[in-house]
Amino acid sequence: MSTPSVTTPSRWRALTHHHLFWPVAVLVALLLVNVPFTPDFFSIKMTDGHLYGSLVSIVLFGSPLILVAVGMTLVIATGGIDLSVGAVVAITGALTCSYISDQADQNALSGVFLAMGIGLVAAVVCGLWNGFLVARMGIQPIIATLIIMVAGRGVAQLITDGQIITINSEPYKLIGGGYWLTLPFSIFVVAAVVAVTVALTRRTALGLLVESVGGNAEASRLVGIRSMRIKIMVYMFCALCAGIAGLMISSNTSAADGNNAGLWIELDAILAVVIGGTSLLGGRFSIGGTVIGALVIQTLTTTIYTIGVPTQTNLVFKAVVVIVVCLLQSPKFRAKVFGAKGRGKTAAPAAPATPADAAPKMEVSR
Amino acid sequence: MSATTKTPTVPEGRTASQASPVARLLGDRRLPVLVTAALFLAMYITGLGRYQNYGFTEPQVFLNLFIDNGYLLVAAVGATFVIMSGGIDLSVGSVIGFTTMFTAWMVERQGLPLLLVVPLALGVGAFGGFLMGYVIHNFEIQPFIVTLAGLFLFRGLCLVISKESISISDSSVSSLAQAQAQLGIGFLSIGAIVALVVLAVAFYVLHYTRFGRRVYAIGGNEQSALLMGLPMGGTKIAVYTVSGFCSALAGLLFMLYIQSGDPLHAVGMELDAIAAVVIGGTLLTGGSGYVLGTLFGVLVLGLIKSLIQFEGTLSSWWTKIATGVLLCAFILIQRAMTARKQT
Repeated sequence: MSTPSVTTPSRWRALTHHHLFWPVAVLVALLLVNVPFTPDFFSIKMTDGHLYGSLVSIVLFGSPLILVAVGMTLVIATGGIDLSVGAVVAITGALTCSYISDQADQNALSGVFLAMGIGLVAAVVCGLWNGFLVARMGIQPIIATLIIMVAGRGVAQLITDGQIITINSEPYKLIGGGYWLTLPFSIFVVAAVVAVTVALTRRTALGLLVESVGGNAEASRLVGIRSMRIKIMVYMFCALCAGIAGLMISSNTSAADGNNAGLWIELDAILAVVIGGTSLLGGRFSIGGTVIGALVIQTLTTTIYTIGVPTQTNLVFKAVVVIVVCLLQSPKFRAKVFGAKGRGKTAAPAAPATPADAAPKMEVSR
Repeated sequence: MSATTKTPTVPEGRTASQASPVARLLGDRRLPVLVTAALFLAMYITGLGRYQNYGFTEPQVFLNLFIDNGYLLVAAVGATFVIMSGGIDLSVGSVIGFTTMFTAWMVERQGLPLLLVVPLALGVGAFGGFLMGYVIHNFEIQPFIVTLAGLFLFRGLCLVISKESISISDSSVSSLAQAQAQLGIGFLSIGAIVALVVLAVAFYVLHYTRFGRRVYAIGGNEQSALLMGLPMGGTKIAVYTVSGFCSALAGLLFMLYIQSGDPLHAVGMELDAIAAVVIGGTLLTGGSGYVLGTLFGVLVLGLIKSLIQFEGTLSSWWTKIATGVLLCAFILIQRAMTARKQT
């Protein structure tokens, strides 16, 4: 965020212009809201060798969302979107649980690993299909992934035969509901995935390639970047993340529900990405922002419970937050409300480009 | 389609007359609608052959498609407007759910007459659409995100009204719901007739009014439309208002059809509506399509449901899988068409 028009560079302005400023501010504000209602909100207790506390549970319950949102970030960075993650979550959980439930010994490690492998492979295949449609066939991402979003839940129900499959497997339970080193195991999974993603995108050229494909796929193809391959890879990665989230969700409840597992998680994930400051137009992304965005959403849910807002207003509350966050991020809104001089100008040229680059994106990767 | 997609040999078909018949066919904007109509006919004839002993031949089976899918047709017509203008509306299902809840609550709990509640519900839906359109246009936020917020908001408002479903026992509602219009070969419900009227109005508006042309123009190319001096903002906001209104109307029809309000009514119906529009041949990038195609899209989806019912052994999730497969097929046809135009 370089602002050439800034005449009085102050530290405060540099801070507010940092891309993580708004997401972090929202998160901190939400966390602080809890304090008057539950004074020991930030305290973490040690019980039975496990850590308990509101902060721990926010991360625990938010971990599938963080995973899906991290995958989604990369897809959105290439100018795409993946609506199928919820269905992929359901398919992975259904396949894994139905395989485990067929085992004679549900606690056998080999069986559990094989089941997880099958589930994740299925997820990656879904991602490959999405990537193929988007990159190879040049179909609008929102439509291409709509196919699996609609059909995928049907497939998941087909696998589970319309039932909710329950399993009783100790090793499988560890991923989503178990503890390791006093912390929920899923936190480590999330940390590992985020670390690997950050390392791959920021320590290698991969992140740059993803951003360049999102910025202008045709131009980057002419420069010599295989934009098609990058796109397919990104969709596969997103599906893999969704698959891991699917394992977590089904393991946490020890059940696979083809109908409700991961329902609307794609919307929450896209929301998390947007709150985190990644533009839906592609070309720029922030994994850190996404993680914070996902935490904001989970904190919001927790906050609604703790401050005693009736749970049925949960969604209204969420809608209001979405609108406020989006308005704050809209350069035009900021220009109108906070004064038009200086600030809005840097971001303004990006906005009219919206319709213009929708068209070229279509014909890319013919 | 595999044969047709492999014909890049046409040397830059400059005019339609020079292009090969295949290319001309693929370039025809009516192709997707025709394909959908043909598919519908084929499915219907298959049904006739397979289940003729189970009463599929009755004309009423055909009319039931309109009765059982009237609300979907209205919602899909609204979605057609939005998609034609190059946008998307995810709030359809929520607005439908909210309308059923709102009407049920007003009629049953507040004791207001239906005659007063109906315009109120339509007004709320249209106002919701207007607000979303206003935000989308004035603050340049993506329609996807804004209507997503709309989805959460209306679904949340449902729950605020009541967490439990409210059944409607009002006499005017049940008499309306049971009213039938005899057609000689069968009957249609009020909902089906309203849906057909909406379709006719939408057809007229899209093809014969200035507003309709603007919707096409904006969907075709927003920049050109702006440079031509078309009132972009007004049209965009109007499109979302139409969609909100149609969703609310669909909600009323759904309420008539099911005679209750429930906070979980019509969850995910926006997907059905979008699928119907796509299957009906409207390009999701906007600017091309026919509202009649949407009718066939809805009919195909409805026919899948009735075929599965007649088959008896198939489970409901096959509907989803079949819808997904159809979506995929039609998207690929669309792709083949746009690919031809660009070369």
